[in-house]
Amino acid sequence: MTMSEGDLAVAELRFIRTETLEQQPPPSSLTGPIGWARENLFSSPFNIVLTILIGLLVLWIIPDLLRFMFFDAVWTGADRDACLESVQNRTIGACWPFVWERLPYFIYGSYPIPERWRVDIFFVLLAVGVAWLLWLNAPRRDIGVVYSFVVLPIVSFILLHGFEAIGLPVVDTVYWGGVLVTMVVASVGIAFSLPIGILLALGRRSNMPTVKLFSVVFIEFVRGVPLITVLFMASVMLPLFVPEELSPNKLLRALIGIAMFSSAYMAEVVRAGLAAIPKGQFEGAMAVGLGYWQMMRLIVLPQALKITIPNIVNTFIGMFKDTSLVFIVGIFDLLRTIEVSRIDPKWATPVTSTTGYLVAALFYLVFCYGMSRYARMTEARLGKADRR
Amino acid sequence: MKRVFGVVALAAAVFVAQGASAQTLKQVKDRGVLNCGANGQLAGFGLPDAQGNWAGLDVDVCRAVAAAVLGDAKKVKFVPLTAKDRFTALQSGDVDLLARNTTWTESRDTTLGLNFTGVNYYDGQGFMVRKSLKVNSALELNGASVCVQQGTTTELNLADYFRANKMQLKSVTFADADQTVKAYDAGRCDAFTTDASGLYSERLRLAKPDDHIVLPEIISKEPLGPSVRHGDDQWFDVVKWVGFAMVDAEDLGVDSKNVDEMMKSTNPEIRRLLGVEGNFGEQLGLTKDTFYKVIKQVGNYGESFERNVGSGSPLKIDRGLNKLWTKGGIMYAPPIH
Repeated sequence: MTMSEGDLAVAELRFIRTETLEQQPPPSSLTGPIGWARENLFSSPFNIVLTILIGLLVLWIIPDLLRFMFFDAVWTGADRDACLESVQNRTIGACWPFVWERLPYFIYGSYPIPERWRVDIFFVLLAVGVAWLLWLNAPRRDIGVVYSFVVLPIVSFILLHGFEAIGLPVVDTVYWGGVLVTMVVASVGIAFSLPIGILLALGRRSNMPTVKLFSVVFIEFVRGVPLITVLFMASVMLPLFVPEELSPNKLLRALIGIAMFSSAYMAEVVRAGLAAIPKGQFEGAMAVGLGYWQMMRLIVLPQALKITIPNIVNTFIGMFKDTSLVFIVGIFDLLRTIEVSRIDPKWATPVTSTTGYLVAALFYLVFCYGMSRYARMTEARLGKADRR
Repeated sequence: MKRVFGVVALAAAVFVAQGASAQTLKQVKDRGVLNCGANGQLAGFGLPDAQGNWAGLDVDVCRAVAAAVLGDAKKVKFVPLTAKDRFTALQSGDVDLLARNTTWTESRDTTLGLNFTGVNYYDGQGFMVRKSLKVNSALELNGASVCVQQGTTTELNLADYFRANKMQLKSVTFADADQTVKAYDAGRCDAFTTDASGLYSERLRLAKPDDHIVLPEIISKEPLGPSVRHGDDQWFDVVKWVGFAMVDAEDLGVDSKNVDEMMKSTNPEIRRLLGVEGNFGEQLGLTKDTFYKVIKQVGNYGESFERNVGSGSPLKIDRGLNKLWTKGGIMYAPPIH
């Protein structure tokens, strides 16, 4: 083997490295926080302007909010004097003792104090049901479904409303209030809207004319009327036509109104999902000999519901917040109990209302953000199939 | 067609509801609890406290009727009503009695089918100003700017009053009560106007409540009182006389603390009030000691006033017109005789 001319030329070169250079870290301007900021926050003039504007907005809001909620806040006190600037001679932020004192009212409303343990048990049972259904790796989720949709409603009704035969005094629903009512209304709305909504959506796409007509009329009628109107009709007009004994109580009227309303919206969401499923899926299911319900249950609905998860959760979140509209018909949900409390002359100060509304905002934020995070998680998990 | 049907149905429903409710007293006794329509968010008149117990001047009316009819002031189911649904609730029989700071007017007394049983609070529109303004009368407000809530009768009354007294008005209007108070507190107007009872509760929400005074002038008539349905005279009498008895008790110096000693009183009027003499409770379809129970459990009108809106409450409303007729007010009740 002889060396070619080219190889000789290379061998005569003086500067040739015999070992590879050690890898250098990238320049400091491209790594760490600075690099990240350059790449993400200040990558273009437009981005720079946006970053600065949003930064200013945050700087404008956050310090004041923190000052109001923590640094200037009043933490203890017996009555309004503790939260009055003219008495304390300092800037006053949130009036937390007002919230501490009123907290039981925010949670239970006027529910009789000796019976409040029943509400506590209801909250625990509800939490168990929700966790059982939502935690995807939970054991025996089939029992969980039965528990949440059959056992829980019956037990909760007996527990909250009372049942003389087993020694639980009846507590009329006018005494219910606060978080209790918000939770009852929201969970009834959510629990009813999905199954009824699916049935209505299937009905609307059905080939049977009566079923189709009923579904279309129901959905369009209920969707075409504002929720407030539905609640008004249910609470004001209904008692005029029905004798006193037969007329359902106020809370039940509102629950029926909300369940109808949310079902109609849910039906449209689910229908959108059904429409997005390719025809081949239906035909394939029929070709392997599945009946209508089997086809829907095993092939179509799982796919349809999966793609509509963001919309379903969006509807749930909307509904959770809409529960506060029941105050219009004189039901004391959380927002209403706060509204009532801020008027209490014992705590009337310039900051009382703000503090009360802050509590409401935090409550709704925690629950709605929780729902939205859970939906993202489920979406990500179900989306794995599509990326395979 | 639809409209005709609606009107007919409504009329029929009202008719049926009235026919069915001619025996309210018996119904309440059978039920064992009084259904009382109340406000639920007006300080001093009807508001649940931190424990969820209702308190207020209107609430006391309900408690007094429960004490009279059922012997226990606690046997009341308070139904919170909004301004919109209060009359339907009474009309449809949802509540037996409406005690929700309702102004007694001609049209309500007639076409709405209500019977007002009396006045438990003489309210009216008033003004609040800063003390530093050194104004002692509403007539000195010429050229002043006044904060007022938009689209209310309050706004109209204000304009009328200034025009009638040939004064210049600069009204500053706001969509809701909160904004109006905030603006006044921030110094955007010299004066703030709403019903006098509201002025006192709103004053508490100002940054420096002691820097403000309520002027003595009342520029409109707002007699607030409990009401019942048309067509049940017996029940109308019961509610009416429970109210009168509370005023009469104050007139005679009988209150919840001394009522037991007063049973031994030789004053014939007191003896009749407390049922020692005569059968005045029985004439109402109740028991002899009906008014005794009311006074023992709820107190007389003065006690109720002081406890809920007067000096015993944070509102500290001056009794003004609501003083007894013997003390310079117009609170007056027919005798129990």
